[in-house]
Amino acid sequence: MMRELYTQIIMDHYQRPRNRGEIDNPDIEEHLLNPLCGDEVTVYALFEGDKVSDVKFGGRGCAISQASASMMTERLMGKSREAAEKEIKGFKSMMTGETEFPEMDDLAALKGVIQYPSRIKCATLAWNAFQKGMDDGG
Amino acid sequence: MYDVAEIRQNFPILDREVHGKPLVYLDNAATSQKPRQVIQTLTDYYEKHNANIHRGAHRLAEEATAAYEEAREKVARFISAPDSDGLIFTRGTTESINLVAHAWGRKNLREGDEIVLTETEHHSNLVPWQLAVRDTGARLRFIPMLDDGTLDMEAARRLIGPKTKLVACTHASNVLATINPVEELARLAHENDALMLVDGAQSAPHMPVDVEKLGCDFFAASGHKMLGPTGAGFLWGRIEILEEMEPFLGGGEMIREVHLDHSTWNDLPYKFEAGTMNIEGAIGLGAAVDYLDELGMENVREHERRLGAYAHGRLSEIEGIVLYGPEKDRAGLVSFSLPDVHPHDLSQLLDEEGVAIRSGHHCCQPLMRRLGIAATARASFYLYNTEEEADALVAALVRAREFFGAFA
Repeated sequence: MMRELYTQIIMDHYQRPRNRGEIDNPDIEEHLLNPLCGDEVTVYALFEGDKVSDVKFGGRGCAISQASASMMTERLMGKSREAAEKEIKGFKSMMTGETEFPEMDDLAALKGVIQYPSRIKCATLAWNAFQKGMDDGG
Repeated sequence: MYDVAEIRQNFPILDREVHGKPLVYLDNAATSQKPRQVIQTLTDYYEKHNANIHRGAHRLAEEATAAYEEAREKVARFISAPDSDGLIFTRGTTESINLVAHAWGRKNLREGDEIVLTETEHHSNLVPWQLAVRDTGARLRFIPMLDDGTLDMEAARRLIGPKTKLVACTHASNVLATINPVEELARLAHENDALMLVDGAQSAPHMPVDVEKLGCDFFAASGHKMLGPTGAGFLWGRIEILEEMEPFLGGGEMIREVHLDHSTWNDLPYKFEAGTMNIEGAIGLGAAVDYLDELGMENVREHERRLGAYAHGRLSEIEGIVLYGPEKDRAGLVSFSLPDVHPHDLSQLLDEEGVAIRSGHHCCQPLMRRLGIAATARASFYLYNTEEEADALVAALVRAREFFGAFA
């Protein structure tokens, strides 16, 4: 069962996170706390015109939250604001079980989290931070 | 003689399995399991005596009232309170402290007054005071924690002074396992004409409590952490202080005479028990106290002291583990972290093996900040836990680490 939650892909992103770090003078710098556990994430993004030209994340948290943040940065890089918003919405609706995870999608590695309702917030933390950053005018 | 095997037979839930493994329940600081005797008391109450208490002139109301008031007597005796009129049933520690912060604080706090707390408090002994000072202009001061997890008592002696109106401190820390010198704090408070409130959420279930010896003016605890049902706890307060306090909640039972524009208040303890109380919860708590009395709180403490020390020793053998709190004189819980596995992932992996622990900030965010961490894992023991269960915890931790290590 743990193999379903802590998949190879999640553990790879957790132990070798992509785009971990900070961005100087970012358009988005959003710090979010998971009030349940005190885990925190900061998401940074830079836009070039309408496109995400760089995205990074910092903070500390469990394997699920860190891997999900890492996967998010890969997913949103190069996307337009509208496309990024669509990705975030789509991810959140998959995490709440409203829509299915596509089979061949890396994000499907997070599918196991759905069975642990207390961990869904870990998986969506960075995504919520990015959305909030855009909502706040970033 | 303290026989854990026999005690365990009284707790039906300890027989169950989780993910096909025997349940190892080490989350007792969050809530305890309940013995058959308490569960049976609740069933009996609903099958034989259920009625609303007080003012009923029928048989069931008399029986329910007698059982409720008997529970009050039992709980008062359990903490060696000088009288039971100062024993008020509440939902638990949180409500008890809110009651004092509201009913005493709003009336007695002024600008320039100070409330002295510690850096290590649970949110339930912090946030009610933040609300009280926000409304009154008083301010909060904090006794710092030394690096070994004990309180800086030299700082306490400086902080508690003529401006202090109340000192509030946890008796036993739910994160550090520190048992705080509340007697000494009460003495300092009284030397300065201040009151002393003790948060007994983690002490009343685990060690003998004598409010007279502690010298406190208020003592708050939760029934569900001491074998009782959820939603019933208590506040004990000195009669002369409670009498001077404003009511907390208004409504039925707490009044003597009601007019359209004003009311007068009922005697203690009813002045603070508005509305229909958690009757079965209080009666269940009475049964829990009977159970604890039978075991003897000295014996419970000795069992947990030994088991806590054993677990602490076994855990300290794990390479790289960080253990929080003092080395000695600990309550029966251990907070820890591993550098390579986050506490949340740890508790998830342990659950797979039937081992229930807690991870997170444990409602102590300022303390977590002071420790420079976001979260810890915590194993908390109770009167029915065994050394074998501590061993199961350690074995599961080692396997969790291997599991994570395999991906590195």
